[in-house]
Amino acid sequence: MPVTDNAVTDNRTPGDLSGSDITGAFKSGTGTRFTRLLGIATIASMALLIVFGLFVSPADVIQGESVRILYIHVGTVWVAYLAFSVTALASAAFLWKRTTSLIWDRIAGASAEVGVLFMALTLFAGALWGRLAWGKFWVWDARVTTTAFLFITYIGYLAVRGLGGSHHQRGRRSAVVALLAVLEIPLVHFSVKLWRGLHQDSSVTDTTKVKLHDQMLFSLFIAVIAFTLLYSWLVIHRQRVMAMQDALDDKGLDYALQQRRDEGDG
Amino acid sequence: MLRVARLIAAKDLRIELRSRVVTNQVLPFAAIVMVMFAFAFNTDSVVQKVAPGLVWLATLFSLLTLVQRSFAVETADGATDALRGAGVDPAGIFLGKAIALAAQLAVLELVLLFTAVVLYSAEFRLSGLVLLVTTFVAATCGLALVGTLYGGLAAGVRGRETLLPLLLLPVVAPVLIGATRATEAALGTGGAVVADGWSWVGLLTVFVALFGVGGTLAFGPLIEE
Repeated sequence: MPVTDNAVTDNRTPGDLSGSDITGAFKSGTGTRFTRLLGIATIASMALLIVFGLFVSPADVIQGESVRILYIHVGTVWVAYLAFSVTALASAAFLWKRTTSLIWDRIAGASAEVGVLFMALTLFAGALWGRLAWGKFWVWDARVTTTAFLFITYIGYLAVRGLGGSHHQRGRRSAVVALLAVLEIPLVHFSVKLWRGLHQDSSVTDTTKVKLHDQMLFSLFIAVIAFTLLYSWLVIHRQRVMAMQDALDDKGLDYALQQRRDEGDG
Repeated sequence: MLRVARLIAAKDLRIELRSRVVTNQVLPFAAIVMVMFAFAFNTDSVVQKVAPGLVWLATLFSLLTLVQRSFAVETADGATDALRGAGVDPAGIFLGKAIALAAQLAVLELVLLFTAVVLYSAEFRLSGLVLLVTTFVAATCGLALVGTLYGGLAAGVRGRETLLPLLLLPVVAPVLIGATRATEAALGTGGAVVADGWSWVGLLTVFVALFGVGGTLAFGPLIEE
């Protein structure tokens, strides 16, 4: 149904968020002075990682050049575990009555999204490295298997977030699922460990018992810093985009209600 | 809470007894899965060796359909809303539905075990009977609790048929591992000894305890709208 201008008293379109409190600080996007500095620091540390990881640090005595994959692998797996921990803590904060706020829900969601992405990268880089180091893409090691389960579990978590309903409904539902994942993961890890323990020793630790070269250790350190900065930058922005989406949903609803009311008046 | 649980469980089981969906649809489904496994693995010696694992795998697949069924009953005609509106304790609903689900699963597992003995000539020995019964009780409780919890979450939302397996299967992986190993020990599959099975029963018990408590607490917030 066409709506003429004079029929709409509130002539803001659904996309116009100018009156919203949540987005008041980021009218021109999700960037602030802080995130810009964070972004620059991320790029600088990534550049440093490339220099150290690819050129300065030596090739491994046993693994050769393939050891460089580990700088990516360790950095991303650290971020993935960090992200899922943040999701769990933010979910607990959302469910706890004294601190309940949708911001915790959005942080949990943003962190889980970034975590799933980095977990995928971890599995990919790990498989490539495994092919070179062990001759196969996958081993049924307890740690590797738990990681794969984490990945699937948080894909499920993201699916739960997408179920719809009100923002608070989404928040409560997904927060409960995130906390149940905290119950599930140690059980999976323990059971897989017990399962492998009865069959064969894990082969992961065999090749990595070598003492690390100083420059390798430093490259790993830079990798962890660089990926942590990237994680923070991504989560802050994603969280703000989610806030805007939520505000847009509310606005869209108000707008639709207003239209119906005007139809009634007309 | 226990009174509510008993009422809900009795109601669910009465519905299943009268509608005969479990006996006429889920049990034949589980049986055909067992036959399909035999087709897929071809040789007799292989299915005999992996029989315990196949029993539990078929149980998991059937669990998915049982859970869907258990909550389809609740969401039809807004039964859950009515229960909530009447101020029924969510913990009671959770335990009641879990008990009813456990009873159905127990029947199903017995049939599957029997099928494995007949079709796969799975070994069976009396010395492992205590371990076998304990394993089946613990695993059934675990599956029923987790199934009810995630079934309640997925009930009444769009796309629940596809969401439930994605959420449920990773969580029940420890039950699959634990129950399979313990059943192998009880039956003596591939020369396993009975004593090996008890640590797996321990794992299953921990699982039941954690999800029993966790589920009772979490079910309320999950079904509240």
